[in-house]
Amino acid sequence: MFYGYGSIILHGTLMTLALALLSMVCSTVLGIVGALFRTSGSKILRNLALAYTTLIRSVPDLIIMLLVFYNLQIMLNAFCELIGIKLIEIDAFTAGVVTVAFIYGAYMTETFRGALEAVPRGQVEAALSVGMSSAQVFRKVTFPQLMRYALPGYSNNIQVIVKATALVSIIGLVDIITVTQQAGQATQHAFYFNVMAAAIYLALTSAAMLFLARLERHFSRGVKEALL
Amino acid sequence: MIEIFQEYWLQYLGVGADGKLSGAAMTLWLLVLTFSLGMVGSIPLAIMRTSSNKFISKPVQVYTFVFRGTPLYVQLLIVYTGFFSLDLVRGTPLLADFFRSGFNCVVVAFAINICAYLTEVLAGAIRSIPSGEIEAARAFGFSKTKLYTKIILPSALKRALPYYSNEVILVLHSTSIAFVATVPELLKVARDVNSATYASFSAFGIAGIFYAVIATVLVASFRLFEKRSLTFLRPYSAH
Repeated sequence: MFYGYGSIILHGTLMTLALALLSMVCSTVLGIVGALFRTSGSKILRNLALAYTTLIRSVPDLIIMLLVFYNLQIMLNAFCELIGIKLIEIDAFTAGVVTVAFIYGAYMTETFRGALEAVPRGQVEAALSVGMSSAQVFRKVTFPQLMRYALPGYSNNIQVIVKATALVSIIGLVDIITVTQQAGQATQHAFYFNVMAAAIYLALTSAAMLFLARLERHFSRGVKEALL
Repeated sequence: MIEIFQEYWLQYLGVGADGKLSGAAMTLWLLVLTFSLGMVGSIPLAIMRTSSNKFISKPVQVYTFVFRGTPLYVQLLIVYTGFFSLDLVRGTPLLADFFRSGFNCVVVAFAINICAYLTEVLAGAIRSIPSGEIEAARAFGFSKTKLYTKIILPSALKRALPYYSNEVILVLHSTSIAFVATVPELLKVARDVNSATYASFSAFGIAGIFYAVIATVLVASFRLFEKRSLTFLRPYSAH
């Protein structure tokens, strides 16, 4: 079925999976921090986050990927030289995670900002007035509700991230795309292997959707829905 | 950045080294062409998607699920590298000629992909039409064709405008992967400039600025258009 490319394709799939999972986690963290910046009292932080989301979202992800990929190493080299340590070489995987997380962190920021603003202010004020620290307020009051409001947009972002990992093969990561292209060229069954890559991606996005649907149920368990 | 822009601005803007369409003009042409094709396809498909007959709506649902669940890049590779490996395509001169051109492959892959997204957008808009409007049309004795052409589609297309503006930006961004099929759009120009000058920050940065400007102009013009077309949805002002 795999014309002897089974293990390589499995390896490529695991690579894509690892890349997708890591960038999801990083971009989620970046998104939450960005949303807190975006709604913070400090004007500098607010504008910084605004500049980040506007800039990133107005330029195609592939362009940013190439920009970061080509310049990350140069910047890192300059940094290493500056503080006088040995040069750190980043591989395609690290570069992929950093760029995908950096790009989709911007989209996540906007998703979480919208959700953060949907949490009624009175609840935060009430929590503060009973003596909770602001970290506690975030953990116990804001965050659980924020997740519920954010989830529809969040699932959309997650699906986009899984699909965006396909582009990382352009900056040299050996992922599903690379291995199926190689297998297709070597065996002359390019169509077959391309469709296989598509099927693997479809499985990944569907799995992500199923998981997020469960998460959505988890976070809306406190909400009563009207039965019609 | 300035020197590189002065040297290569013509390629970035629209005239390639061989006098052919390139850069921003190519990107825009791709955008307009594939978006219009997707739009034309999405109208019948959205009508089918909202049909109460499962045999009509399910196949469309499967189509949108598959094409929205896989990366456009993979779809482009299927068309660009995959189709040509099929004996059927290679054996038929007409098809072989068609798929030999990278541009044609991009247009096919993009149009099918965009059509899937636009179908869901338009289907959502059709569902959001108040049922009273449709019932009223039926009560007036509108035929099915007339119901769709006079009531449902004009209203749904207008209601979908904000989502269309989103989709246009997404499509604009995804046109950048057309360089894979050697179509000389903005990113291809940027890559060529990069390999000629090794000034990667400037080469890609200029392309990024072009994309940002196009996106801003598109968003602004959609806003204007929305303001005009969606007046009927705005609440009456109290004053």
